[in-house]
Amino acid sequence: MLRLEPRGRQSTAMIYASPVIAVALTLITGIVIFAAIGVDPVTALVTFFVEPLGTPYGLAELAVKASPLVLIGTGLALGFRANVWNIGAEGQFTLGAIAGGGLGLLFPESESPLVLPAMILAGIAGGMAWAAIPAWLKTRFNANEILTSLMLTYVAQYLLGYLVHGPWRSPEGYNFPETRMFSAAASLPVLVEGTRLNVGAVVALVVVAVGWLVLARALVGFQLRVVGLAPRAARFAGFDGTRLVWLAMLIGGGLAGLAGLFEVAGPIGQLIPAISPGYGFTAIIVAFMGRLHPVGVLLAGLLLALSYLGGEAAQISLGMPSAVTGIFQGVLLFYLLGCDVLILYRPRLRREAPA
Amino acid sequence: MSGEAGWLVAVVLSVVGAATPLLLAATGELVAERSGVLNLGVEGMMLVGAVAAFAAASTTGSDTLGILAGAAAGAAMALVFAVLALSLLANQVATGLAITIFGVGLSALAGSGFVGIALEPLPGLAVPGLSDLPVVGRLLFGQDVLVYLSLAMVGAVAYFLGRTRLGLILRAVGDSHDAAHAIGYPVVAIRYAATAFGGLMSGLAGAYMSLAYTPMWAENMTAGRGWIALALVVFATWRPWRLLAGAYLFGGITILQLHAQGAGIAVPSQVMSMLPYLATIAVLVVISRDRAKIRSSAPASIGKAFHPAG
Repeated sequence: MLRLEPRGRQSTAMIYASPVIAVALTLITGIVIFAAIGVDPVTALVTFFVEPLGTPYGLAELAVKASPLVLIGTGLALGFRANVWNIGAEGQFTLGAIAGGGLGLLFPESESPLVLPAMILAGIAGGMAWAAIPAWLKTRFNANEILTSLMLTYVAQYLLGYLVHGPWRSPEGYNFPETRMFSAAASLPVLVEGTRLNVGAVVALVVVAVGWLVLARALVGFQLRVVGLAPRAARFAGFDGTRLVWLAMLIGGGLAGLAGLFEVAGPIGQLIPAISPGYGFTAIIVAFMGRLHPVGVLLAGLLLALSYLGGEAAQISLGMPSAVTGIFQGVLLFYLLGCDVLILYRPRLRREAPA
Repeated sequence: MSGEAGWLVAVVLSVVGAATPLLLAATGELVAERSGVLNLGVEGMMLVGAVAAFAAASTTGSDTLGILAGAAAGAAMALVFAVLALSLLANQVATGLAITIFGVGLSALAGSGFVGIALEPLPGLAVPGLSDLPVVGRLLFGQDVLVYLSLAMVGAVAYFLGRTRLGLILRAVGDSHDAAHAIGYPVVAIRYAATAFGGLMSGLAGAYMSLAYTPMWAENMTAGRGWIALALVVFATWRPWRLLAGAYLFGGITILQLHAQGAGIAVPSQVMSMLPYLATIAVLVVISRDRAKIRSSAPASIGKAFHPAG
């Protein structure tokens, strides 16, 4: 029978090979499933993964979808390294949109160039504030951050729903639950005419570069890594665990809030009840696929952004429900987690299994 | 029956309805966690159970088949978790999240053909004479089969964990898998069984949602109940009987929103809808602040991968 034997040390090759194998296995699974439900697999795969990239508009959309995933994923990757399980990024994204977007709605007539920067700061602050709650509850009361940050996601969504149904609803909106559109001064500049590509994509790249530097060069990055890999060693070295939890949560929350503000001040242009197709949760997959490293997060963010575009394309031309995207993402993460066993263990074939 | 009593019965019935899925899912998760397995996929397993139960019941017309399909689907999802987390030693937190993400997508896809169909809710028990008694008849003798099952399972799990040899072994595996392995207990097999039981119960919780609580299918219809069930296990400090109090407390909070609006209290519906989630946070804080208590009640090996060679 097949047994797992500890390698004794990490296999560097497998760390990088595992996501590639996982993608390949996901594609094979996709082919089998498409064939089983009677869709020509080649047509389906082309529709899903190739056609969305065939036009300049499609490429711009890829960047539009990848930006929030990369922003959130980079923040989560730093936190996951330190074993801080912030899985409420979806809520922090929502609060960033509420705080930054709300500020933009306060100045509908303003043409000041300061409106957008102020909204961006408010968005970051909103996400940080929402992440500060689980950080405080964790460090002060020992409450599990997985559950508290997730519960706050539901609260954030109801808060947004309340605002757009109630006090912030546009008077000209024929009673639709939506706010006014943001003014030009409160909207992200579009980079390429005729697309939705905006400054958010550039900021995401900058965040990746900064994240890489922090992780590789800064003391804080080193501390985050050590706390995750060897918590006892970190304690002996005198690292302040409470401070690192706060730091990980605030970075993750701030970047998620920034992504949320970019989403409403960019592609959406107003506040509506549903502002995210699950970016905050997909970013968790992005962080793992990207090996908890900012550069990997960038690549994984592009891949998972493609899964959203592919899902939309499959919906339009193959008549499939958009839920296909979620299945694709889930299967991908299954394979990734399964392949990751090969980082620490090697499979050995054994006839007998003596105790 | 007077109007006053009728209203009270209606309130208690809706509390039972809101509490039952929480109780079913939390009871299953409690057993998994006592064996040392932290499966965060409860929400995903509930959704897949809900859609499987609804699909089976609406195509065959049999509630029994629906319930069985829900349980089987939940257990199947749990086995996917078990293969990854127990056989391939994947990180349990990440694997549980993957189960939930996958379950949300799978249930939405599988359920797309069932949106907009309504079923008759699961029938209540009908004991001649007793079920027709005023007030208590409907409450004690008129519930559906899953409500009784949820209560019976709490008792059964409490007995199993506290009074049987196998339950003792399961707890030993959860507290120290290395010691249990050294004695010769099959750690991985026991954890597989506990995980599958957890999935089965989550599937039943989902079946209750789509066959009894709101007898229809809608995407994401569990609305975070799987996560609340996870919090309830902490609330109960891993003791089965305390789940009962927790689930009914949360059931009460959940239905508060309906009755507050009925009573004309002018709070926006969205604010009332936040209550169960805020209450979950509050309860977690109150329970968790006693670090020593959490440390002494939580299974010591929870969430840790087990490999016989270390």
